[in-house]
Amino acid sequence: MKPLSLIVRTGCNLFAWFMLVFGVNVVVHGYASPGGGFQGGAIVATFIAFLLVSYGGEKIHSWVNEKIYDLILEETGLLLFITLAFMGLPTSFFYNFFTIPWEAYQQTGRLFPQGTTAIMSIAVGIEVAGALSMVILSMFKGIRLVSDRQIEEEPGHDR
Amino acid sequence: MMDVLHFAVLTMLLATAFFAIWFKGLLPSAISLSMFSLMMALEFYILQAPDVAIAEASIGAALSTTIYIFAIRACSKPRKAGGGDKQ
Repeated sequence: MKPLSLIVRTGCNLFAWFMLVFGVNVVVHGYASPGGGFQGGAIVATFIAFLLVSYGGEKIHSWVNEKIYDLILEETGLLLFITLAFMGLPTSFFYNFFTIPWEAYQQTGRLFPQGTTAIMSIAVGIEVAGALSMVILSMFKGIRLVSDRQIEEEPGHDR
Repeated sequence: MMDVLHFAVLTMLLATAFFAIWFKGLLPSAISLSMFSLMMALEFYILQAPDVAIAEASIGAALSTTIYIFAIRACSKPRKAGGGDKQ
């Protein structure tokens, strides 16, 4: 069994946090720039993949409670999305009910986040981040079911 | 200049797609698919679709490669039925 080198593990540990910040940036600015909820959520979900490379599965599964991804992140995102969709219901479903009027743009000259689309982008980002992190953690747990390897000897994602 | 870059990216796309089939080992094939996805993201960016490029780079190059490698690793050592013998 040959673990990955120290350079790879330290680099993945350092790079994971910047990927997290970049994914949150893509989600938050999704209303006006390239990217959005799904893309930013997928970038945030690579965070847990980098941490799996860096620390190995045993430490990650002892640190991470999977109900955070499953119950908190996914269901918060879905409930926020469907609540925002139903809050515009006196006019229509998915009605953009607190859009900023065009006169404010003409006076100040800066583009505001237009109503519910920015918050829906954040909701989709939370949901996709939780779901894809859950997919990666479940796939890594599936290795444990078929592997004979001793768990204590595993310093990194060895291959 | 842009045509040269476009041609190079398309050539790399064909080469990585060929090597993904041509390699015998599963791990080099998965890495080659990752390179294919990276070239695909660059191609989407050249064709002025940065939104799709971000999705392709994050899903194709990062997440699906991770899932492929986990699946290859899980398939490599099946547990014996008795569960006793360890080498």
